[in-house]
Amino acid sequence: MHELGIINYVVRQVENLAAENNFEKVHSVTLEFGEVSGIVTSYLMDYWNWYSKKHPVVDGAELRCETLPAITWCNSCEKTYPTVQYGKTCPYCGSGETWLLKGQEMNIKEIEVEE
Amino acid sequence: MDKYKVIEVKESIFADNDKDADRLREQLKEQKTYLLNLMSSPGSGKTTTLKAVLGKLKDEMNVGVMEADIDSDVDAATMQELGVKTIQLHTGGMCHLDADMTRQGINEFGTEGLDLVVLENVGNLVCPAEFDTGAVKSIMILSVPEGHDKPLKYPLIFQVCDALIINKIDVLPYFDFDMEKVEEYAHMRNPKLKIFPISAKTGEGVDALCDWLRNEVKEWQK
Repeated sequence: MHELGIINYVVRQVENLAAENNFEKVHSVTLEFGEVSGIVTSYLMDYWNWYSKKHPVVDGAELRCETLPAITWCNSCEKTYPTVQYGKTCPYCGSGETWLLKGQEMNIKEIEVEE
Repeated sequence: MDKYKVIEVKESIFADNDKDADRLREQLKEQKTYLLNLMSSPGSGKTTTLKAVLGKLKDEMNVGVMEADIDSDVDAATMQELGVKTIQLHTGGMCHLDADMTRQGINEFGTEGLDLVVLENVGNLVCPAEFDTGAVKSIMILSVPEGHDKPLKYPLIFQVCDALIINKIDVLPYFDFDMEKVEEYAHMRNPKLKIFPISAKTGEGVDALCDWLRNEVKEWQK
């Protein structure tokens, strides 16, 4: 359900950008999510389709989502490895003393506006 | 495609909320009000824990509670019986509180003169962890029946909290809850996490939690 809150923030931020940069309509919004950010893209799209219609700046705009890889750091052997494939256990040394380096991002990457 | 201009944003979706949260903390610092964000899953004993803790603190400082719920005012009624100033916030279907909603609640509440305000967040281990409410510190409750593996399943909330209350330790004999394991898992996520095992029902461990809170409020008001 947090997808709804996220869409609400995205629209608010795009509206702020519109006021700062003097544009009235957005053609597309591109978001980036880390692989383990827990975002369900299909929910996000549903909420977007409903919520964007109520806000003229983003009405009719396309929402695009890109994924950023999740990387985990192993404290024991000091190597990094892909999180989704190996989880919490380091594939090189078997240690469980590992930290997520990247993969929880939720960013607005860019927007396309009509010139 | 070239009739569109690309504006690179490269900013966290939560950037605005983070700014709102910082502004709220500045306001609270000026007012000398310590705001504590309390999170947990539904049924972990948030309201019972608050009753136990605020019951002890309410005679030595001015305390208040903001109850956030999707709907209903059951928790607010319980707090009012205790004689604690309470306000009920409805999130209108949202699964969390953000800094803007918290600020509205604070201003509506009129926290001037209050030393400690506890924000009882929506019962949920996922969404509230993503939104900075503007509180000075965040604390969470994990109750024994939920199991000791929760830090592995919901890592973010354990990362963003400053302290962890393990509630319902009076029922430990009936559950396969491993206290050492939960501490190990929680510290794996957050080495600085303070841990308070308590029973809000019997009062065991509540004094240590009160001492910590008392000290937190004192430091904030310096």
